[in-house]
Amino acid sequence: MTRNGPLALAYHTVFIAFILAPILIVCWVAFTPLGYLSIPIDAFSLRWFRAIADYPEFITAFWSSIALAALSSTVAIALSVPAALAVARHRFPGREAITALFLSPLMIPPVVLGVALLRFFTQVGLGGTFAGLVLGHIVIVFPFALRLVLAAAAGMDRSIEHAAISLGASDAAVFRRVTLPLILPGVASGWLLAFITSFDEVTMTVFVATPATMTLPVRMFLYIQDNIDPLVTSVSAVVIVLTAILMLLIEWLYGLERLLVGRHAETT
Amino acid sequence: MTPRVLPYLLSAPALLLFVGVVLIPIAMTVVLSFNDWSMTRGIIPEFTLKNWQEVFGDAYFYGIFFRTLRLALIVTLITAVFGAPEAYVLNRMRRPWKGLFLLIVLAPLLISVVARTLGWALLFGGQTGLINKSLLALGVIATPIPFMFTETGVIIALSHVLIPFMVLAVWTALQQLDPQVENAARSLGAAPALALYRVVLPQVMPGLLSGAIIVFALAASAFATPAIIGGRRLKVASTLAYDEFLNTLNWPLGGTVATLLLIALVAIIVGANRLIERRYAQVFQ
Repeated sequence: MTRNGPLALAYHTVFIAFILAPILIVCWVAFTPLGYLSIPIDAFSLRWFRAIADYPEFITAFWSSIALAALSSTVAIALSVPAALAVARHRFPGREAITALFLSPLMIPPVVLGVALLRFFTQVGLGGTFAGLVLGHIVIVFPFALRLVLAAAAGMDRSIEHAAISLGASDAAVFRRVTLPLILPGVASGWLLAFITSFDEVTMTVFVATPATMTLPVRMFLYIQDNIDPLVTSVSAVVIVLTAILMLLIEWLYGLERLLVGRHAETT
Repeated sequence: MTPRVLPYLLSAPALLLFVGVVLIPIAMTVVLSFNDWSMTRGIIPEFTLKNWQEVFGDAYFYGIFFRTLRLALIVTLITAVFGAPEAYVLNRMRRPWKGLFLLIVLAPLLISVVARTLGWALLFGGQTGLINKSLLALGVIATPIPFMFTETGVIIALSHVLIPFMVLAVWTALQQLDPQVENAARSLGAAPALALYRVVLPQVMPGLLSGAIIVFALAASAFATPAIIGGRRLKVASTLAYDEFLNTLNWPLGGTVATLLLIALVAIIVGANRLIERRYAQVFQ
């Protein structure tokens, strides 16, 4: 294969700078010692990172986001494993329609889902509850969980299951001892992608969340709408660093490209 | 358990959830769009076409929809023009650089969109507006370019947020391409640019187009980025629905905006998919 010329590499450098610039500037500004935003910063200070501790609304929102993400991705995975096995292994009337419905949250604008859920929850008495938020998030992250479990189930060698059955294993034992361990990498990565998707979700949540159930991205969003100050940059910097750590973990365990391409393969 | 009902049983729990939390709420929103509303009485459950007439008849509302469409198209074009070459350059890199830079390009997808947009707000405006500061210092411009609360700013920030999807789509298409085909074109005397245009581009076109559909859909339904960069002054369909629901509290009108956004988007995506599949049928077989 021919190598990249100097022009291609120059383009690449500019492109990478463009990708990184807004992320790096957030992390840089967060270290300002001043009470207001300024660039370039002339001294490094952890002042605004320490200040986060004085704003319990960010701390509670963070834990609320973690609980919400953990709960909704766990339920989504638990529902997606049987659904993925049904879709991957059976040909049945309505299969395409069911799959399309399961993937539909990728196509439905989150704003529409937010509007619809706000109206629905208010009508059925779930308005402003954490349970409502969890239900909404399960739906939002479900396609991501399903994709990765589906890819694992489709790529699985079924002769191992047949061997277990012929050796007298019960259906439950085959699932628990053979099927589940074989699709586990897909299940684990699906859970992680679902977790991150839920943790970052802002648009649908902004409709459904109340001050009591506020998630971190929604809290940050509402804060930025009022004013942008060093505090929100330090909170963002923490979020960026935590995401980066999680990402390196994924890259090391599974491969980020595989995770994202898997998430992508079926829309193409 | 007969094998015929087994797949239905397996998908039943998820199916129930989707009927309850997706289909019914959306149906209720469609119904809501035909309800009346007044400042004093709130939602009035009587059938009316008032909201739809307002959205289609008032230049303020359909203007916002045209702006949403225009922004989404421009962002799609920009991500295609700049993202596709980057995917090509990445694909020609050697290890470990290839993997490292792919990671850098894709990683922002997982970083909170609020944090990424905050970065652009810092680069665009106020005391931290590095872009204008640098351009002024270099003498490229005489007066600062307005980025905040303008379409230019929203387009730049949205392109940044969505370009990884385009790189990913083209990159995936490039993986299925035999590099020897390009080399064959070169050895037969084609100039690099010609080989790229006549040999590589047609083969990655399906990937590019499906990337374009994804970017378009996400740009047209984007919320946080236009809300932060565009502000209240520059509304798009999503932020309009948000305002009607949470500020004006006119839910029927907000429901109409949401329903129209959903219908328009699904029609465009399904239509575009059909076109691409027909045009590139041989690639999908």
